[in-house]
Amino acid sequence: MRLPPLITQRIAVALMWILAGVALSILAFIIVFIFYNGLPNLSWEFLTKEPRHMGREGGIFPMIVATAYITALGLSIASPIGLATAIYLTEYTEEGVIKNIIRFGADCLAGIPSIIFGLFGFVFFVITLGLGLSVISGALTLALMVLPTIIRTSEEAIRAVPQVYREVSFGLGSTKWQMITRVVLPSALPGIFTGIVLSAGRCISETAAVMLTAGSALSLPQSVFDSSRTLALHFYIMSREGISMQNAYQTAAILIIAILIINIFAYWLMRRFISRLSVS
Amino acid sequence: MKTDKIISWILLLMALTAICGLALITIFIFKEGLPILVKVGPVKFIFSMDWYPSEGEFGIFSMIVGSLAVTCGALIIGIIFGIGCAILLAQFCPPRLVSILKPLVELLAGIPSVVYGFIGVVVLVPLIRDYLGGPGLSVLASSIVLGIMVLPTIISISIDAIRSVPGAYREGSIALGATEWQTMCMLTLKAARSGIVAAIILGMGRAIGETMAVIMVAGNTLDLPQSILDPVRTLTSNIALEMGYAAGTHRQALFATGVILFIIIMILNSIALVVSKHGIKSRKIL
Amino acid sequence: MGCNVKTKRELIKFSWAIFNVFSIILVMFLFGCSKTHKNSINIVGSTSVQPFAEMLAQEFERLNPGVHVEVQGGGSTAGIQSVLQNIADIGTCSRQLAGSETNLNSILIAKDGLAIVVHPSNSIDNLSREQIRDIFSGKITSWKELGGKDQPIRIITREEGSGTREAFVKMVMGKSRISRKALNQESNGAVKELVKNDPCGIGYMSLGLVGNELKMVSVDGIKPTIDEAKAGKYPLVRPFLFVTKNEIKPESQKFIDFVLSSNAQEILRREGLIPIK
Repeated sequence: MRLPPLITQRIAVALMWILAGVALSILAFIIVFIFYNGLPNLSWEFLTKEPRHMGREGGIFPMIVATAYITALGLSIASPIGLATAIYLTEYTEEGVIKNIIRFGADCLAGIPSIIFGLFGFVFFVITLGLGLSVISGALTLALMVLPTIIRTSEEAIRAVPQVYREVSFGLGSTKWQMITRVVLPSALPGIFTGIVLSAGRCISETAAVMLTAGSALSLPQSVFDSSRTLALHFYIMSREGISMQNAYQTAAILIIAILIINIFAYWLMRRFISRLSVS
Repeated sequence: MKTDKIISWILLLMALTAICGLALITIFIFKEGLPILVKVGPVKFIFSMDWYPSEGEFGIFSMIVGSLAVTCGALIIGIIFGIGCAILLAQFCPPRLVSILKPLVELLAGIPSVVYGFIGVVVLVPLIRDYLGGPGLSVLASSIVLGIMVLPTIISISIDAIRSVPGAYREGSIALGATEWQTMCMLTLKAARSGIVAAIILGMGRAIGETMAVIMVAGNTLDLPQSILDPVRTLTSNIALEMGYAAGTHRQALFATGVILFIIIMILNSIALVVSKHGIKSRKIL
Repeated sequence: MGCNVKTKRELIKFSWAIFNVFSIILVMFLFGCSKTHKNSINIVGSTSVQPFAEMLAQEFERLNPGVHVEVQGGGSTAGIQSVLQNIADIGTCSRQLAGSETNLNSILIAKDGLAIVVHPSNSIDNLSREQIRDIFSGKITSWKELGGKDQPIRIITREEGSGTREAFVKMVMGKSRISRKALNQESNGAVKELVKNDPCGIGYMSLGLVGNELKMVSVDGIKPTIDEAKAGKYPLVRPFLFVTKNEIKPESQKFIDFVLSSNAQEILRREGLIPIK
């Protein structure tokens, strides 16, 4: 007996609300759990002081700086290169064997576990190039790690721009580069941005690769060649070693707040761009 | 016109830099890992269950089974909940709610894996141990934690894929008398297939590659898991646990594990490619 | 129409691209390409030694302002490798050197007991070395065989390359292998957390880090306390070593001298290690 389509729809939608509800509430639970345990005793000193006594006391200022440093450096390297690669692949090359190989390679590398990038970074950047356990080793490793993701998501976003837009642009007499910057990129910007924000999140939360390339020193990094510890790594060490659960929770809360800030900033930026540049 | 040429050269240069960098990693991993794969013999390496590096025995079969088991479990959860969520948010949810929920989902993609692992250890593992038996550190715990971790990835990219299907398709279908749900099932999902498959592949890649969270909740034994309540070790946990200590042959064996992981991911992506090619073809026809 | 950047949008896009490029260059230049902290000491190695090394480093920096000591984990073997590859000035190690490692210079800075730990609710008080070996090799599988509850024994061990594990294997296991069914954890703290929550668990960890939340089992009738270990009676004791190349930097030598001084040894004793004197 076939149910009338509208009833099928109602059942399906109800089912999906349940699924979504479960999924989202689990995700919300995680944030609430961390905030509940970590926010109450958070203080300004915690954010601005250096850690003492293995991290049992003091604050996490060096970790905040290290995280910002490594992430910003890594993204600055990876974003322009990734975006340029994506533009070149979609706009300047034909669909062909080479392009498919490159796309395939980028997909594979986007899926390679971060620990392997860490392995590579450790052997290549830290030892072979002699950069040592340092911020720059970490940043370069992270840049390589997020590069495939940025290329792929940017490429998907650019490809999703309907061909019609490009044809209209050419029909109006634009050059290729004008077409790209004034028509294609503005439409693709939300997707590109999603890729970059996802990558930023991945950089901030990366633990294994960072541990092996940037090290885990407790002090403030004064140059790109100093070793330091990121927030995620600090949280991991604090919670696993059982050194200080209180501080671990607080570190995790700061981490999540930082990600929140990045995402809010990204969305604000995107809204401004979309209202000004979007062609659709 | 001249600027166009210059710009295209600059773009080519940057693209080549990217490709060279990524090729470098690939070559490096294979260069380090292949020698020992050849020395031990690929069949013995992959199918032997004896991993005793200090005695020179390298067999990763238990770890391969571990990775596959945990990833399958994670994908089941990820696909059911993730695509359901994506369909909901892309189509059936009021826009105001979507503008809150979608950013929330993307925010959650950024939460560190160690936080997920930590909550798994503190909340999930004791629950499994007390109510379902076993040590708590298990395939089940890893699957659940990983499934939750890949949710934001699958949801985000699937939503983008579904939304990128041109509105005209949907409007045409509604005009022909189909309900929203019928349109979704029979038209939109198929048109968005390549994007959704990409989302699942990326999610699967993330699940296979997840290291820290799995180390915390999987138990990391060397034995084959007999049930989902048994502890397990994955390929990535193996590398992470032993990396800092490994030297010489041992380190090469870990690179060889990396080679195996690389090949697994290549196989997965090939499958994805074949599936999405059908999707693109059918879209072109439409 | 020429190629002049006319509209606001193009301006924004280009400035963003240029900003990115410049910020990389700026950052690189601002922070220089020369190594700062020329007189900094890099210490890499055992996760067992790390907390104590960090403490000593902070005390050393307090007494000698201007000197910078960086302490990292990674593991005993990682520490030795780092010294060999010039990543670190001093490597820390929680086991004896073996094989080709003996070419390096090693300095004993303290001794640490290895405690066999169980859940506080566990009724077992004492185990012989043979019993411990049989438990960890998988021969004894139920607590009932030892006089306890009818529950399966869950063995918890450290990862293969851990100094703590190697010390345990050397002192207790001998030729037997640790069971394949053992749960692997990657740090002392992780072992502690697991045993704390699992009534059927048994594991081994650094004596100095056990604290009050776990029950320590006597080995061959001897209580696992620092006094017993110092007296040489408690059998499971392993060395904490500083490992260096044969030529030592003067700053590193200063730190090593500090660690061997009675002030530093007192700090270590207070924290649960066995000082060398």
